[in-house]
Amino acid sequence: MPRLKNLALSTALAIAIVPTGALPGMAAKTTLTMGMVLEPPHLDPTAGAPAAIDEVVYANLFEGLTRIGSSGEVLPGLAESWDISEDGKTYTFKLRTGVKYHDGTDFEATDVKFSIDRAMAEDSVNAQKALFAGIDSVEVVDPATVKITLTTPAGNFLFNLGWGDAVIVAPESAEGNKANPVGTGPFKFAAWAKGASVDLVRNDDYWGDKVALEKATFRFISDPAAALSAMLAGDVDAFANFPAPETIPQLQSNPQFKVVIGSTEGETILSTNNTKKPFDDVRVRQAIAHAIDRKAIIDGAMFGLGTPIGTHFAPHHPAYVDLVGTYSFDLEKAKALMAEAGLKDGFKATIKLPPPSYARRGGEIVAAQLREIGIELEIIPVEWGTWVPEVLKNKDYDLTIVSHTEPLDIGIYGRDDYYFNYKSDDFKAIMNNLNVETDTEKRYSLMGDAQKRIAQDAVNGYLFQLAKAGVWNAKVNGLWENSPVQANDLTGVSWSD
Amino acid sequence: MRNRSFAIGFVITLVITLTALISFVWTPFDVTALNIAAKLQKPTAEHWFGTDHFGRDVFSMIMVGARNSIAVAFVAVIIGVGFGVPFGCWAAARGGLMDEALMRGNDVIFAFPALLSAVMITAIFGPGAINAIIAIGIFNIPVFARLARGAALALWPRDFILAARAAGKGAARITIEHIIPNMANLIIVQATIAFALGIIQEAGLAYVGLGTQPPFPSWGKMLNEAQTMMSFAPHLAFVPGLAIVITVLGLNLLGDGLRDVLDPKLSRTRR
Amino acid sequence: MTLFLARKLTWTLATLLVASVVIFLALEIVPGDPAQVMLGINATDETVAALRKSLGLDQPPLTRYLSWVTGMLQGDFGKSHTYSVPVVDLVAERIVVSLPLALIALFMSTIVALPVGLIAAARRGGAADTGIMAVTQLGIAIPNFWFGLVLSTIFAVWLQWLPSGGFPGWSAGVWASLKALMLPAVALALPQAAILARVTRSALLETLGEDYIRTARAKGLSRRAVLWKHALRNALIPVLTIMGLQFAYLLAGTIIIENVFYLPGLGRLVFQAISLRDLIVVESVVMMLVAVIIAINLAVDLAYLVVDPRLRANH
Repeated sequence: MPRLKNLALSTALAIAIVPTGALPGMAAKTTLTMGMVLEPPHLDPTAGAPAAIDEVVYANLFEGLTRIGSSGEVLPGLAESWDISEDGKTYTFKLRTGVKYHDGTDFEATDVKFSIDRAMAEDSVNAQKALFAGIDSVEVVDPATVKITLTTPAGNFLFNLGWGDAVIVAPESAEGNKANPVGTGPFKFAAWAKGASVDLVRNDDYWGDKVALEKATFRFISDPAAALSAMLAGDVDAFANFPAPETIPQLQSNPQFKVVIGSTEGETILSTNNTKKPFDDVRVRQAIAHAIDRKAIIDGAMFGLGTPIGTHFAPHHPAYVDLVGTYSFDLEKAKALMAEAGLKDGFKATIKLPPPSYARRGGEIVAAQLREIGIELEIIPVEWGTWVPEVLKNKDYDLTIVSHTEPLDIGIYGRDDYYFNYKSDDFKAIMNNLNVETDTEKRYSLMGDAQKRIAQDAVNGYLFQLAKAGVWNAKVNGLWENSPVQANDLTGVSWSD
Repeated sequence: MRNRSFAIGFVITLVITLTALISFVWTPFDVTALNIAAKLQKPTAEHWFGTDHFGRDVFSMIMVGARNSIAVAFVAVIIGVGFGVPFGCWAAARGGLMDEALMRGNDVIFAFPALLSAVMITAIFGPGAINAIIAIGIFNIPVFARLARGAALALWPRDFILAARAAGKGAARITIEHIIPNMANLIIVQATIAFALGIIQEAGLAYVGLGTQPPFPSWGKMLNEAQTMMSFAPHLAFVPGLAIVITVLGLNLLGDGLRDVLDPKLSRTRR
Repeated sequence: MTLFLARKLTWTLATLLVASVVIFLALEIVPGDPAQVMLGINATDETVAALRKSLGLDQPPLTRYLSWVTGMLQGDFGKSHTYSVPVVDLVAERIVVSLPLALIALFMSTIVALPVGLIAAARRGGAADTGIMAVTQLGIAIPNFWFGLVLSTIFAVWLQWLPSGGFPGWSAGVWASLKALMLPAVALALPQAAILARVTRSALLETLGEDYIRTARAKGLSRRAVLWKHALRNALIPVLTIMGLQFAYLLAGTIIIENVFYLPGLGRLVFQAISLRDLIVVESVVMMLVAVIIAINLAVDLAYLVVDPRLRANH
């Protein structure tokens, strides 16, 4: 499901910084300036949704019991190992010892209990409270052991604990984390020039391997043109996700830079209100699917970056089924389906577009394409502040374009209250089987069934998988090529030279 | 000399207005049809001003954009005149507390930066040409109210008004029959200037995404879209910019010329 | 005179009060909830309610209005919902960009406009006058954000003399910061200078036409002496008025230029706060801007009294 976090809050928050310059040193550089499009509103990942928070603090400043690696795997974090009971309900975590927070206090099992209880509490302001919903109790066995009991077994529990929203914080510092974050990670918070940048410095007391970088700066540059000039001027060493796809060719041709087109978990779809007339008629949705020319959308909106998709599933996942051909681009078929649905003369509808350029540009192209089969779309650009209550909460929309950037989120199609208004007992049955199935092969096959079901039903218009255009100085090593979670993990980053 | 301003301004305004009118019935290409394969072309014989990132014909977009700019700015002026002039005249006729209260109310509107009120209006009602018109129109009201009040205050002590009062005419009637006709020239001149400003403001709003919405092109939006492509398609930014400059220049010259033609006394000093 | 001042002051306060009501009401009807925006799409209703409570958003509007206004009277402008820092701190961080930018732009426009207007007035009808008037006409017609784009293309992208945008912060050095403000200031100053030059010229010509100037001329003072001694002083009134308005505009109305040059200024703070529905920031900052503008208007009114003794007599 799309989290606001993953969806760039607004295009309005920009600021960048002009060079203090990169000093040409003899030894390899030990500082890194990372460009980011959005500035986080604060730095507490347990109290807010914006992805920008995690992009600064995840793995760098805060750590959880587990952590997610660069290809989406679950790795040990503050828990060095764990045991899972036979019934899959009890997890016993063996914690690392000798770990200290940046303020010098010790990390202990009570902190784990505190952090999880806090996220589950009634007055919790954790944006992903649902991650903890299945937890029955958290028990401190001894200072280095924690036992977590679930109400029902959950296959993705360890992955969930690796989210930024589930990091471990200390009771002494938890309340102050928004402005002065105190974690256990390899970097410490140093300074925040609001509107400009956040500085992190190396934590020399880190429990694990020391990181190569002495200092990391995150600079906030929302303007695509500004991002380009900052990159060209060397004011910024890296952009995990470069905001201006139109300028990628220019950067690719420059040997100073490495351009890596990676994958994201972002299925960019034309979300459709399945109960609203005439979209409740499957033939109309199929007509729309036939009328969409994905290549033109990817070329026009993303300047060629992106992989066409035919269902709600990431193409790089092993269980992915290529369903792009289910409803191929075919205006004749589309018109025929419209006529069959009794809408030969077309109809009028609205499309609400959130701020990112994939939506605004993509929406313009979709509107032009649907006009070919008689569907006149009124384009309504909205801010996230309006999109969330109107589209997501009140389901007051016909069509919208959004990138659903959470990993493995096909389950949202089984939720009755979700904003697609899609109701299929068939699909729910597949999901129920999937939830109890443990065998990987069988799980994959069920995932395939789920993909086919929603593709057949043309629930939404499936457009493309969002690409991640990473651009960095050719001498920087160790940055993530893909983004399985929203993060700029700098723990393995170093300069060659 | 004075007629030259008028002539140049008149011709420019006429050409732009005609372009806008023609765009209703004919443009070289359909501005709502996209042709991604033909994107970002340099100016050619077929596409006089090249094509944009969606392969649309920039010349056609400029034509339709002219219609849009003129309509928004014009209606905003009508709003300014329609509300501002009666307010100003009323304040001048009543005087005292009413006058002061109206003028302070005016100050409140005036104190809001126009763009901020536009941002707020769009946050409430959503972006679009209508809301751009309202935002610019509201900003125009105090301008015309002040102007009308000042002019009316200057007219009230004049002999012919005193004569009308002596004849037993009421304030409303005097305002309609004598005050407003006598300030018409001033209003017309200010209206041309506000019109020109409205074009710039509309472009500004569209530039930050608050004005006219796609698929209808507008000059400000074209500028915004062109910004990241400056390095490889500079014509996309220069063309709409020049369109704005020429239109505004034309209107300002027309305003100056009108002032001279309509009010020779004023023109002696305020050219 | 005292009466006049007292009356002015009363009206100013009343205006501020009205403005506070208008601002508050306007933001009350803006749809969207700051808590929802902060917590994003996955948040449960109960979490949103908890956050609303902790932000004090669950209180009825009247209570919130009163606590906002009484807070401001005591110098407390509230705490940002999103950043959880006092609004005053946010403003302080931005004002160090916006104020110098406004001042530099105003300074640039004034040093160009006044002499140019003076020359045009002195050479009225001559070639210099005609040329100047034509150039100012063009200056007014150029939208500042487009001019900014053109400037940044020429000086930052092609020539690479100045940064294309951003603000390093004064701690990074005064020179670096001034360089960053140079292009936006020029972009802002050009149309302002064009307007100011025209106002200066016409104000001068107007006073030159007045009776006492004619008298002075008749007494044998040279045209030049009249221009310097009498006309300039009296022409200052309209010029000051325009400068006051321009300063107010430059302080708050520069959102677009801040966008073009991605400067972390005040306009941008408000723009961003609106989209994040950080209502208290919007309310307080807009209130401050309105207060500044009203204060400038008041100051200009008072300046009239100082400059023009005749007005003093009237009151």
